[in-house]
Amino acid sequence: MNRVVITGAGTINALAHDVPGTLEAFREGRCGITDLVIRDKERLSIQIGGQVHHWDAEKHFNRQQIVLYDKFTQFTLLAAREAVTQSGLNFDGRLSYDAGVILGTAGGGVNTWDENYRAVYEEGKNRVHPFVVPKLMNNAAASHLSMEFNLKGPAFTVATACASSNHAMGQAFHMVRSGMTKAMLTGGSESMLCFGGIKAWEGLRVMSKDACRPFSLNRNGMVQGEGAAVFVFEDYEHARARGAVMLAEVVGFAMTSDASDIVMPSKQGAARAMAGALRDGRLNADEVGYINAHGTGTAANDKTECAAVADVFGHHADRLMISSTKSMHGHLIGGTGAVELLACIMALRDGVIAPTIGYEEPDPECALDVVPNVARNARVDVVLSNAFAFGGLNAVLALRRTA
Amino acid sequence: MAQDVKDRVMAIIAEQAVLDVEDVKLDSTLEDLGIDSLGLVESIFAIEEAFDISVPFNANDPGDNDFDISSVASIIAAVEGLVAAKPA
Repeated sequence: MNRVVITGAGTINALAHDVPGTLEAFREGRCGITDLVIRDKERLSIQIGGQVHHWDAEKHFNRQQIVLYDKFTQFTLLAAREAVTQSGLNFDGRLSYDAGVILGTAGGGVNTWDENYRAVYEEGKNRVHPFVVPKLMNNAAASHLSMEFNLKGPAFTVATACASSNHAMGQAFHMVRSGMTKAMLTGGSESMLCFGGIKAWEGLRVMSKDACRPFSLNRNGMVQGEGAAVFVFEDYEHARARGAVMLAEVVGFAMTSDASDIVMPSKQGAARAMAGALRDGRLNADEVGYINAHGTGTAANDKTECAAVADVFGHHADRLMISSTKSMHGHLIGGTGAVELLACIMALRDGVIAPTIGYEEPDPECALDVVPNVARNARVDVVLSNAFAFGGLNAVLALRRTA
Repeated sequence: MAQDVKDRVMAIIAEQAVLDVEDVKLDSTLEDLGIDSLGLVESIFAIEEAFDISVPFNANDPGDNDFDISSVASIIAAVEGLVAAKPA
């Protein structure tokens, strides 16, 4: 079993177009959720989101690329460039055969579906652009990353709704740990802030019209976000030999299925995933200083998640910190675990715990230290990142401080 | 009109509960009828479609909505209100 470290990170999300800007927003407890700027917004009952503003695709891609890249692919490429640059890795030589890419997305090219359905149904056109399929397919981002960085090993996309990124990063972790590969680009991306993407979510009636307030008694639902985060997972010896900076060590991963309900979460399923990640990483529960919560801001998730944490950690649940950064960047659905891993790295590396903003009233059913509203300085050695998806699919990663 | 709203709402609820309409009573709660959270959201959607109205309902806090779902009678009353308030 090889040790696995993170040697690069990149992102774009509602808070910033890079990692330093995102971490600064986490430290400041800044909210990236705004009024949406999208076509036909007036026909939506939900009009806010964690939208990426000031996005100028032409600054990053040429015209031929833009024709092929849905926004979720564009976001992924931008994040990957930042991550690979930071890692200092070069995949030109033999490493290319020992490197791959595993990404999470729930919807893939949702904007491309949306725009082209409009063209054929609403506008009555009988012809669409020849690249619609290669643009919208869920694996488009993974494939474009493999091409841009010359990654010739395993490459695929995982779709497990809101747990997609964590499942993807778990697979990348397993591949490096087992020795199957030396380095993996991994993380996830989502871009469904378009009329059809939001309309679908409205139907479930779990969305907030004003803010995402995880764990707060007056919370009234989730808020969608968009963006991507990509990491370089690398074999520890490989990274050490080349003197790479190690942002964190990935030490454990577990996934479980509730096998019970298509939308309602299960305490047991969530608890088994957290306990499994601890076991996999040979960690004691009391080593965990921080949990980046799934924390969607819905009634159902937050109380179930807190009850699961209490079950797994017992008395230690009252000593650890747990926060949801979805309050700041929104719920990136299939990309959310990736952006949230940045808060885990910040906790381990910088000793700063990202807050749960928008917190107004304690909920007796969420009586944990949720780091309300203001970031906190604290030295932590081990952190967990939770993701619990519709469909009852849970995926939890455990990370450890490297220095 | 009032009778019509009542009958149609009761039919929607009965269908969701997989019961005969006669088994849906005015004082029944959704819990009595075995309608869970997804069933409730589906019933509200069916009501909105049937009457062409928009029901103010957030599933995060079913008890704290303007739309009273505490019994079949309260749902009928709420729907009647929304139908009456509908622009002609």
